[in-house]
Amino acid sequence: MAAFSFSRTPLEVAALRAALADPACGGYAAFEGWVRDSHEGQRVRRLEYEAYETLAVREAERIVAEAVARFGVRHAACAHRVGDLAVGELAVWVGVSAPHRDEAFRACRYLIDEIKQRLPIWKKEHYVNGDSGWVNCERCAAPAHGHEHGHEQDHEHA
Amino acid sequence: MDPPPTGGFGESTINAQPLTVQYYALLREQAGRREERLESAARTARELYTELAARYPFTLAPEVLRVAINGEFAEWSTPLAAGDAVVFIPPVAGG
Repeated sequence: MAAFSFSRTPLEVAALRAALADPACGGYAAFEGWVRDSHEGQRVRRLEYEAYETLAVREAERIVAEAVARFGVRHAACAHRVGDLAVGELAVWVGVSAPHRDEAFRACRYLIDEIKQRLPIWKKEHYVNGDSGWVNCERCAAPAHGHEHGHEQDHEHA
Repeated sequence: MDPPPTGGFGESTINAQPLTVQYYALLREQAGRREERLESAARTARELYTELAARYPFTLAPEVLRVAINGEFAEWSTPLAAGDAVVFIPPVAGG
C-alpha cells in the first residue's frame, strides 16, 4: 500500500486500517481530521482542498520514512482528500501500527503535525455568509500586511 | 551551485529561456490559469516571481512562499535553466 494517497472520494477507513495489520503489532493509533463548521469566528459551510500532488506525495513519503525511523513503528500510512468537502467529512487520516502503544501514539502525532506543516496542500473555506478565503493566505497580502517576518504564528491553526 | 554570470554588475547575461510555471490555490486564482509556458530572462526563481508579480495581481509576498523546481523544493536563489518547471507554493493548510 502506498504510504500516502490523495482521494477525490470519501476515505474508506476500514480498508486503510486493515492495510496496517501485522501479527507483530500490539498497538494501532489513528488520527482523523474532520471538516469543522467554524474558523476564527466565521461559520464554515464547505471546504475545497487543492494539492500539488506529485510533490506532496514525495514529501509525505519522506515524512512516513522519518516516523518509521524515529519511533520504530512497523507501518504508517496517510490519506488526504482533495476537492469539495462538506462539514463533518473526513479530510485527512493517519494510521500507525507498532509493537506497543507508546511509539504508535508518538508516530501518529508526528505524522499529522508534519503533514500539516510541510505538504503543499491548500484549503479554501466557503463561509455561511457567502465569503470565502484560502486559509493562511488571505492575511499574507503583501501591500496591506507589510513584509515583516514576525507573523508566522498567524499561519498556525489547529 | 553554478557561479553567478560574469559581466557588468546588474547586467543580465542570460537571454530569455523557456520555462513552465504552475499555479496553485490563491496564486492560481490571481494568475487566472493553472499553468503557462513563457520566455523569461529571470536568472532565479526570485527574479521570476518578481516578474510575474508585475503581470498578475499577486498579494502574497515572496517571504511567505516556498519554491519548487522540477518537482522538488528548491532555494529562491537557484539558477534557472531552460525548460525548468517552477511552482510557487503559497502558505499551506493541509489536514
